[in-house]
Amino acid sequence: MTSRTKAVAVAGVLLGLALIAPFTDAFVILLITRALILAILAMSLDILLGFTGLPSLGQAAYLGIGAYLTAILATKFNFGLGWSFWVVVVLGILLAAATAAFFGLFAVRASGVYFLMITLALGQCVWGLAYRWNSMTGGDNGINLPGRPAFGIQLSSDVAYFYVVFGFFALSLLMLYVLVKSPFGRSLEGIREREVRMRTLGYNTWLHKYLAFIIAGGFGGLAGVLWAHANGHVSPEDVVLTTSVDALLMVVLGGPGTLVGGAIGAAAVLFLREYLSTLVAWWQYVLGAVYILTILYLPDGLMGVATRLRRSSIALGRPEDAKHPVIS
Amino acid sequence: MMVAKSSAMVTAGSVAIGIGLMGMPGALAEEIRVGFIAPITGPFAQAGKDMVNGWEMYVDEVKNDFAGATIKFILEDDQAKPPVGVLKAEKLIRQDKVHLIMGGLLASTGYALAPVSTREKTVYIAPVAAADDLTQREADKYPYFVRTGWTSSQPTHPFGEWACEQGYKRIAAIAADYAFGYETVGGFQRTFEECGGKIIQKIWPPLGTIDFGPFIPTIKQDADAIFTLMVGPMSLQFPKQLAAAGNTKPVIGGGTSYDEFTLPAMGDEVIGHISVLQYSAALDTPKNAAFVTKYREKYGKVPSYFSETTYTTGQMIQAVMEQTGGKWPGAEAFVKLISAVKVDAVRGPVSLDDMRNPVQNIYVKRVEKKKMFGYDKEELWNTVIKTYPNVSQFWKFGKAQFLKQPVYSRDFPPCKFCE
Repeated sequence: MTSRTKAVAVAGVLLGLALIAPFTDAFVILLITRALILAILAMSLDILLGFTGLPSLGQAAYLGIGAYLTAILATKFNFGLGWSFWVVVVLGILLAAATAAFFGLFAVRASGVYFLMITLALGQCVWGLAYRWNSMTGGDNGINLPGRPAFGIQLSSDVAYFYVVFGFFALSLLMLYVLVKSPFGRSLEGIREREVRMRTLGYNTWLHKYLAFIIAGGFGGLAGVLWAHANGHVSPEDVVLTTSVDALLMVVLGGPGTLVGGAIGAAAVLFLREYLSTLVAWWQYVLGAVYILTILYLPDGLMGVATRLRRSSIALGRPEDAKHPVIS
Repeated sequence: MMVAKSSAMVTAGSVAIGIGLMGMPGALAEEIRVGFIAPITGPFAQAGKDMVNGWEMYVDEVKNDFAGATIKFILEDDQAKPPVGVLKAEKLIRQDKVHLIMGGLLASTGYALAPVSTREKTVYIAPVAAADDLTQREADKYPYFVRTGWTSSQPTHPFGEWACEQGYKRIAAIAADYAFGYETVGGFQRTFEECGGKIIQKIWPPLGTIDFGPFIPTIKQDADAIFTLMVGPMSLQFPKQLAAAGNTKPVIGGGTSYDEFTLPAMGDEVIGHISVLQYSAALDTPKNAAFVTKYREKYGKVPSYFSETTYTTGQMIQAVMEQTGGKWPGAEAFVKLISAVKVDAVRGPVSLDDMRNPVQNIYVKRVEKKKMFGYDKEELWNTVIKTYPNVSQFWKFGKAQFLKQPVYSRDFPPCKFCE
């Protein structure tokens, strides 16, 4: 598949989703909305994990910052419930990016397991803040939002809110796509493959990684703002390590380094967990089996399925090609 | 085990009838769908199972006949995580179209679920979640919220006075670091200090702490007694480690520190510890004796207050359905009707005040090793040593005056005597 047909396919799926979603079950549309938000988070993480080769275990921190900012502004200052919602979106992105800029100073020096540990620790700092700073965050109780914004359109309608989230998702996908196809994105991939070589070629690899870290944080913050209004409730449980691990699993499941893979992973995890769990008692085994099978047989994630199928069909026709596996 | 769909309680036939005749005048068996949210996995699963058992036992006892209506019971696992609870509640309301949701274990889950009930205009009954403000300062925001359990500070208000009567002057408090802990300690501190006592220290170990090594040595040596509030797995570890550290002070505390489902796992170190709650499995009434015996026969363990409160909730729903002749009266009317219900529950007489929180007996209980209800083994029981009858959530303060002060928190009441 050329990148053009890929883009057309993605656009087609998105269009289909936008058309079908309003006609789904009242509960399913909630799940789709949440899946899209988590997809933004997963894509933001994919910039680090898939494109730069930095496995972060702290992405929930930025979700938390966006979500808590939204909730605190709404409850304490009654801000962000009208047109000012758009200001909150910008503030959420900026604050999360600023936090990432601060955390990045510590994290980006490390790589591999050390990067994993530092981001984990920094993520836990944000959780600790959410859990212990009672007067601001409500501690363990979290914060109940007064309601979704209304500015001509009532976002309290789930369909309206779905379209807002959908819009942000599509925009994020587009922006991140442009980013990874840009020379900057290419150098990130270069760093992922061989950082030393990039450095010898004269690239400031630290700065590249640092900027990627900040951009990922900003998109995480966007996901947070949307998450707060989707749930109507913000809790330290949203910021716990599990959320970060989930984001990581979503990317790995979908296929790292593909952007869209993160979105597919987010949808798969959320639906397996929240929908299957209402149908059967043993949903956790299904989720576990999916993870294990993916890691064993699909190292490129679900996005790798198409490539593998094509490759095997090519291999059947022209055996000599099979000797040179394509790295996509 | 996690049951997500309907339980075996409803026979297929009655479901069919229920669906077939729904909405028809004079329908024989209306089906009331109850969405039940409890932690079935995770560290609070034990308490969650007790909640489910109590409810099941009541429904079985009346053979699922609520004045002609049958109840369809749909269980969802919230893993004691508020955001999960919110999504499960939405699922129950939107997909299963339940008439009411009940459950939620932690106070924080109660806080998260109450707005869902307002948003979706669906009744939410909290048999366990004890967050004070849901039936106090924020009660107006949640018109579909009813509590059949208790507020966190309801039992500790009389307990503060009781502590004064024992001659305690200086008490150190150690409690789980979350809203339920603050409210329990806050209620105790307020009444204890009003009758001349002093809280000289407050220690807040995080929720879920199982190693109290860093906390126990900091307890002030000149305190007369230790007030403790533990939940879930913490309850088991704290008294053990306290005893191992050589403590000789009296230990008193909130009811969840000595839940009946942890008592069998506890050792002799808890004998003599005193706690306070609206229920004890050792309550010496014929009603409770029958309840405990039957429950134990069925589930192989002694019921905790988690089981009693969902059982009593069944009783209260029954009372409402009897008044409506087995018809679902609509959410608003249901709330009105259940608020007026008075039941003679296992825990004693229960009625709701005008903010929809129970007025009930509060029991001061001492852990003792003895034989109860004809069981031949010596076991640990929460023997009732004093009863405060008909205690309201406002204690003796009066509603208006009580609501003027802020909700109990980590900083309120301020620790004036902390050293």
